This record gives sequence, C-alpha cells and structure tokens, in this order.
Amino acid sequence: MELEAAKMIGAGLATIALAGVGVGIGNIFGSYVSGSLRNPAAAPKVFGNVLLGFALTEAVALFALVIAFLILFG
Amino acid sequence: MAAETSPLAQFEIKRLVQMDVGGLDVSFTNASLFMVIAIVAVTLFLTWSMRSRAMVPGRMQSMAELSYEFIANMIKDNVGSEGRKYFPFIFTLFMFVLFCNLIGMIPYSFTVTSQIIVTFALAAVVFIGVTLIGIFKHGFKFLTFFVPSGVPFVLLIILVPIEVISYFVRPISLSVRLFANMLAGHTLLKVFGGFVVGLGLYLGWLPLGFIVVLTGLEFLVAFLQAYVFAILSCLYLNDALHLHH
Repeated sequence: MELEAAKMIGAGLATIALAGVGVGIGNIFGSYVSGSLRNPAAAPKVFGNVLLGFALTEAVALFALVIAFLILFG
Repeated sequence: MAAETSPLAQFEIKRLVQMDVGGLDVSFTNASLFMVIAIVAVTLFLTWSMRSRAMVPGRMQSMAELSYEFIANMIKDNVGSEGRKYFPFIFTLFMFVLFCNLIGMIPYSFTVTSQIIVTFALAAVVFIGVTLIGIFKHGFKFLTFFVPSGVPFVLLIILVPIEVISYFVRPISLSVRLFANMLAGHTLLKVFGGFVVGLGLYLGWLPLGFIVVLTGLEFLVAFLQAYVFAILSCLYLNDALHLHH
C-alpha cells in the first residue's frame, strides 16, 4: 500500500476514539440531568464538577485529534 | 491547498523583530507580542477596575472581585488553608491562560495557547514546582506517594510503576489538553469558514449559522480550559501537600 493512503486510513482510524468520548459525554450530562431531577437543590453544587468532567472527557477526543494530526503531518 | 488558505495557517509563528543572541534565535514573534498583550490586558483590567475601591462595587470592580473570589474559593475547596500562600501563582496562571484564550477569539489575532511549547512550559512549571514543594515538605516520605496504601505486596509490583508513569505523564496531559482544545476549536472555525465560501450565496448560510454557534462554544471552552488548568494545578498541589490519605 502506498504510504500516503496508509496515512489517510490511519488518521481516519484514530477518530474511532470519538465513539468512547461520545458515550462518556452523554453519560456525564445524562447523569447530571437525572441526578438534578431527583434532587434539584443539589444541582448547582455539582455543575462545576459536570463542567470539569466534560472538559476532561473532551480532552480525550482531542488527544485522538492530535494523534490524527501526527499521523497526517508528522 | 495553498499555504495561506490552509486552516492551520493561523498558527504560524512570524518573526516581527529579528533577534539573535549568541546563535540563539530569540526573535520577537507574533506569539511573544500576544503574550505581552495578554499580560498588559490582565494588569490593566485588575488595576483599572479596582481604582475606585468602592464599598459597593461597580460593574468592573465586581468582575475583578469575582475572578479573585473564584480562584480563592477554588484553592480553599481543593487544597485547604495551606494552599493560601500559593494563591498568587494559581491566580496568575488562571488569568494568563484565560486572557490568552479570550484574546485568541478576536478575529485575525493569534492564540498563544494553541502553541504546544507555551502550554508545555506552563505545565512544566506547575509540575516541577509542585514536585519540589512535595519533596521539601515531606522529604523521603514523598516517595510513599507512589505506593498506594492497603494493597497486597504482589499487586504493588504492578501498581507502583503505573503510579510513577501516571505521575510523569501529568505535564504532558495538562499541556496537550489546553493546546489541543485551542487548536481544534480554531481549526474547526476556519474549516467551517471555508464551507461558507465554498457553498456560495445560497447554501453558505447553513455553515454560517454553525460558526455562530461554534463561536459561542469556543468562548465557553476558552473559559473552561483556563478553569480546568487552574483546578488541576490545585489538585496536583493538594497531592503534593497532603500526599494520599
């Protein structure tokens, strides 16, 4: 296989990580919504943690992006 | 695709003033310029908004007080009273990253935090500083940080290397998180900008709407990443000060 084509396929494969990240972010906000409906008084207190969890999970997707960039341009 | 129209062209570093000290390239680049702008903006914001020192704060003064209390509470909640003397460091870190991110959102400006070397330098300062604090405070006991308590000896053979590796990966994950977020966001905006031009007058409105939404999201991310950078520095500091309990 040509190197250029293999690089393209590899970069595409690197984005499979998004599947896990999608599950993760959905889980965070889903849990937040169901938790805050059960106990609305506690909802504002945990929102900071929700954002932190969101940012940490989103970062995993961006690590995959960095790997894709490394494959493409590295 | 031509170099000027590439979505990654915005991250290119240009030398504004050529400087050369003993074979070392220390040119004043556009990155340095925007770092200076960020520092000046933070200083002006904090001094100018606090100039009246009113008992009942006005709009600007309450913004400055809000950002102060935000970080002060963050340190109090995550590190405890011992962390109070590290407040200036965390606050400076937070304000610098926040202003670099926000200034980067201005069209045609340069995002300093989208350079891995800048974020890695910040993360390395946090990592080395926190490690030194831990060593000076606990001495040899600092090494127990890598040994989880209440674990059978056989498992320790596996767990200790994992703990050591995860400790030394910290500066990398801390810097790559901020760098990749800014890089991905700004690239995405440029790619959608290309769609607007490519689809023309009739279909171009659709990606234009996306850009408006994405710009809002990018402002959220700009704040969120500064917050995450600061709070993770707090958590690392807490680990070094209190070890695992």
